[in-house]
Amino acid sequence: MALDKAAVAHIAFLARIRLSETELEPLADELSQILTWVEQLNEVDTTEVAPMASVAASSLPTREDRVTDGDCREAILGDAPRTVPSGTDRGFFTVPKVVE
Amino acid sequence: MTGSLTSLTLAETRDSLARKAFSARELTESYIAAVEATRPLNAFITETPERALAMAEASDQRLARGEARPLDGIPIAVKDLYCTKGVLTTAASHILDGFRPPYESTVTEKLWQAGAVMLGKANLDEFAMGSSSTTSYYGPVENPWRRPGDNCPLVPGGSSGGSAVAVAARAALAATGTDTGGSIRQPASFCGIVGLKPTYGRCSRWGVVAYASSLDQPGPMTRTVRDAAIMLRGMAGHDPKDSTSAPVPVPDYEEALTGDIRGLRIGIPLEYRAHGMNMEIENLWYRAAGWLAEAGAEIIYDISLPHTKYALPTYYIIAPAEASSNLARYDGVRFGLRVEGSTLDEMYELTRAAGFGAEVRRRVLIGTYVLSAGYYDAYYLKAQRVRALIALDFNQAFEQVDCILAPTAPSAAFAIGEKSDDPVEMYLNDVFTVPANLAGLPAISVPAGLSADGLPLGLQIIGRAFDEEGVLRVAEALEHAAQFRHLPGFIAGGR
Repeated sequence: MALDKAAVAHIAFLARIRLSETELEPLADELSQILTWVEQLNEVDTTEVAPMASVAASSLPTREDRVTDGDCREAILGDAPRTVPSGTDRGFFTVPKVVE
Repeated sequence: MTGSLTSLTLAETRDSLARKAFSARELTESYIAAVEATRPLNAFITETPERALAMAEASDQRLARGEARPLDGIPIAVKDLYCTKGVLTTAASHILDGFRPPYESTVTEKLWQAGAVMLGKANLDEFAMGSSSTTSYYGPVENPWRRPGDNCPLVPGGSSGGSAVAVAARAALAATGTDTGGSIRQPASFCGIVGLKPTYGRCSRWGVVAYASSLDQPGPMTRTVRDAAIMLRGMAGHDPKDSTSAPVPVPDYEEALTGDIRGLRIGIPLEYRAHGMNMEIENLWYRAAGWLAEAGAEIIYDISLPHTKYALPTYYIIAPAEASSNLARYDGVRFGLRVEGSTLDEMYELTRAAGFGAEVRRRVLIGTYVLSAGYYDAYYLKAQRVRALIALDFNQAFEQVDCILAPTAPSAAFAIGEKSDDPVEMYLNDVFTVPANLAGLPAISVPAGLSADGLPLGLQIIGRAFDEEGVLRVAEALEHAAQFRHLPGFIAGGR
C-alpha cells in the first residue's frame, strides 16, 4: 500500500498530530515502506484462524462494585498544565472554549 | 573501597549486608558516586540520591533489628517508564514534561516494600519504542562497551538502554526494564548483562506507562542469573489493579537454581537460522548447545517454528495499533506538556506535534491507519490471526522440548546513528525477541561470548508460560559454561 500526502494528512488529523506541509512527503515514503513490508502477512493462510487479542485468560476478572480510591483531587490537579486563567485552584482542568 | 563494593553481585551484596560487612548507607554512597561517574553515558534521566540515602538508612535500621527484607539495602535503577510517586516520570518523552505521578507503580512499590533502594530513573527510547535508546527526548544513551582500539560510541540497545548501562557500568546492582518486543533482552545482550522478560501476566503492568498493552511486560536486568531470580521474586505477583495479571503463586526462583539440567530437552529452532545469520553468532549458538549437552541436557536440533518470519511484521501492526490507542491520552489537558491553541482540536494537534518524537509519531500514525475504517480487517485482524499461529507454533514445539535456545539479537551493538535512517532496518533488530512477546512466553538473555570485534553477544532461553524456574535453571547452566568474565571499558564504580 502506498500512501500519498493527502492520506498521511488525513491519518495525522485522526491521530491529532499537526504535521507541516514539508513533513508529509517523507512520512508518506516511510509509512508506505513499512506498510509494504508488513503486507508479507498476506502470504499466510489464516482462513480458519481466530484472531488472538491477548495471551492472558480470555475472561476478565470481576469484583464488587465499590469505591476503593478517591479524595485526591489536589494530587491529580497538581500535574495539570499551568494556564492563564487558571482553573486548577478552583478544582478544574482548563481547556479552550468548546461551546459557543 | 568504592570499587570493591560495586563489583559484588546482588546475591553477594545481600549476603554481605546480612553479615554487616558494610552498611546499606556505605553501599548506597558508593553507588551514588558511581551514578555520578556514569553521567557521560546519559544512563539516567533523574537521579534520586537523597531518597536513596533515606531508603538505605531505613534498611540499616531493619538490618540492625534483624528484620531484613529480601532486597534490603540493594541499590537499583528504575526504567523511567515506571511511575514513581512524586518523582519525575518522563517515558523519555517531551510530552510528559513535569509529570510527577500521584501514585506508585505496583512493581516498584513491591521492590520498595522488599527493601530496595532507588538510585534514579533510567533513560530509554521514547515511550519504549526503539532498539537503540537513541530516541529519548533527553538524548541518546551510550554503551559502556567500545570496540577495542575504536572510539566510536555504540548504542546500548533498547528500549531499556539506560537500565542496561547502569547495571553493566556498575552504577546499579540491578534495574527494572520492560520488554514489549525485546526491550529487556536486546540491551542486555548489547551490554553483556542478564535480562529476563517474564511470562505475560507474571509482573503487574499497573503504573507502567503503556506502549502495547497485550505485549508489555516488566522484568529485571542484572549482572547474573541468580540476581535475576532474586529480583524477579521481588517484582512478580498477582495484582487486582492489572486485569491481565495472573493469579498464580510466586515461587522462590533462587531455589530453582539447582545447577541440574540433566534430561531437560532443549530445542534449536530451524527457522532462526534463515535470517541471513551472522556466522559468529551462529557459531556461538551451536557452541552453547554443546555446553548444555555436556551438562546433561538433550539437544533437539531443527525443531520447527514455521511462522517465525512473520513475527516481526505481525508485531509492527499490533504494537503500533495498541500504541496509537494508549497514547491517545496525551492530549495536553490533565498533565504534561500543553501547547495552547485557539480550539480544543488545535491544542491537541499542536501539543502532540511538539510532544512526540519522530519514531513515536511514525508508530502512532501507522497504528491509527491500521485501525481505521476500511483497513482494520486487512491489517489489524490479519495480524491478530497470524499471532495466533505464532503462539500455536510454540505450543507445538513445547510438546517436544522443555525450552528453546536461540540468539538474542542478530548483531552486537552498533554505532550511534548507524541505523537511524531506515525504520525497517532498525525493526529487524527484534527478529529473535519478538516471537516470545507475541506468544507471551518467558525468555532470558545471558551473555555468552564476545564478537570478533570484542563486543558482548547474548543467547536467549525461551520457556513455557509461567516456567521462569526452568528458564532460570537452564540460563544458570549456560552462564556457568560460558564463563563470561569480560567487563566493559567504562566501569563507573571501579574494578
